[in-house]
Amino acid sequence: MSDKIRILLAKAGLDGHDRGIKVIAAAFRDAGFEVIYTGLRQTPEMIVDAALQEDVDAVGVSILSGAHMTLFPAIRKLMEERNCADMILFGGGIMSEDEITELGRKGVSKLYGPGTSTIEIVEYIKGAVAKKRAGEKLV
Amino acid sequence: MSVFDDFVRRDKRALARIITHIENRRENYRQLLAAVSRLPHQGYRIGITGPPGSGKSTLVDALVLRYIQQGLRVGVIAIDPSSPFTGGALLGDRIRMQHLVNRDSVFIRSMASRGESGGLAAATRDVTKVLDAFGMDLIIIETVGIGQIELDIVEACDSVVVVLVPESGDMIQTMKAGLMEIADIFCVNKIDRPGADRLLSILNSMVHERQTASSVEIRAVGTNGMNGEGVDSLAEAIEKHRGVITTGGELERRRGSQLKAEIVHAVRDRVVRQLEETIDFDGQFEHVSRQLASGELDLYSAADMIYDRYFRK
Ligand SMILES: Nc1nc2c(ncn2[C@@H]2O[C@H](COP(=O)(O)OP(=O)(O)OP(=O)(O)O)[C@@H](O)[C@H]2O)c(=O)[nH]1
Ligand SMILES: [Mg+2]
Repeated sequence: MSDKIRILLAKAGLDGHDRGIKVIAAAFRDAGFEVIYTGLRQTPEMIVDAALQEDVDAVGVSILSGAHMTLFPAIRKLMEERNCADMILFGGGIMSEDEITELGRKGVSKLYGPGTSTIEIVEYIKGAVAKKRAGEKLV
Repeated sequence: MSVFDDFVRRDKRALARIITHIENRRENYRQLLAAVSRLPHQGYRIGITGPPGSGKSTLVDALVLRYIQQGLRVGVIAIDPSSPFTGGALLGDRIRMQHLVNRDSVFIRSMASRGESGGLAAATRDVTKVLDAFGMDLIIIETVGIGQIELDIVEACDSVVVVLVPESGDMIQTMKAGLMEIADIFCVNKIDRPGADRLLSILNSMVHERQTASSVEIRAVGTNGMNGEGVDSLAEAIEKHRGVITTGGELERRRGSQLKAEIVHAVRDRVVRQLEETIDFDGQFEHVSRQLASGELDLYSAADMIYDRYFRK
């Protein structure tokens, strides 16, 4: 039996509702994941501090406030500094193709626009975690 | 093993990784746990239990903030239920622990119950030991909170706080005996809502009745997790309980019986696993099952036969 997949979900930035991210959290739970939800208005420091202690496989962040181009790279940078570079970073928000490409270069594995099917997101993370774990075993 | 060296240097990332390793029962987890247990440790364990939504996490946040301001190092284990159908879990206790994020002296770990029903997760006791060996002065365990009495907490903690709300009156009537057994301190949270005084006086009279039977006094305090009212009294009640059981020898007695219970648990788990795997070691299980099906044997005679073959072999 393989280890449970643990993920952390958080909402960064100042917009104050969490309906969307709660739907995604429920989808992950129903797919057998252990989901740590940390709530609204999380700073990059708060997100990485929690991810480190929870030792998650992946971190998903929803940013709708428009600050995604600064927040996502800040989260990734902290992950690297704090020895969490192996964690997958993914997220959601409203952004252009160019922005997605640039964030991809900066270490964000996957970004989703509003209305993406939860099944698609869950399947992606399942695959990415499996790939990551296969790599870990070789070490 | 370098993760272990990092752990000894009090690196939180190493602590987190070791917990994962042990929680998942990965290869060599027993050696790892044994090595961890040999490190010096002297943490005190506080359990917070009570019905869902009563304010356990909110109170953990308020209490731990006080403890770290006193210069203490604190580990928190927060348990939420796993779905019995999918095995998934939504672990949301951190939402109410926002004051504890980004603190050097705090480490919080959320755990899914993974099929255990006593309020803890299977590996909670092991993780408690890991946090203790990391050098935590206090280890706080928040149980699942499924609304029934969660007895396992008594076996894992030194002081147990049962958190209730003004609406818990009816519940208390139905589980009076059990509650008295597990609580060292009663906390009535949400005193901003009607009925708090009444519940406190019911609890105080229950506590009074029991007092004659035990040397350790139970106390009931009221709190408001939202504005922090009463949290000082709660912290004081915990400190007082700790003082009483520490000086009176009760702490050692408790820990002694906890250790015995742990051995029993570990042996029982092994016996059950072995039984399930090898119950048909000589082909008799199949045979007896068929005799039961055809009515040649009744259930308890069938069980006797299997028991005798298995345990007298
Ligand atoms: N009115 C009022 N609400 C409170 C008080 N303390 C906590 N709450 C609220 O009660 C709700 C539940 O609080 P939690 O701390 O999450 O309760 P819990 O017991 O940890 O919940 P579970 O872990 O889900 O069982 C939250 O919305 C809190 O803000 C209080 O003293 N008064
Ligand atoms: Mg809680």
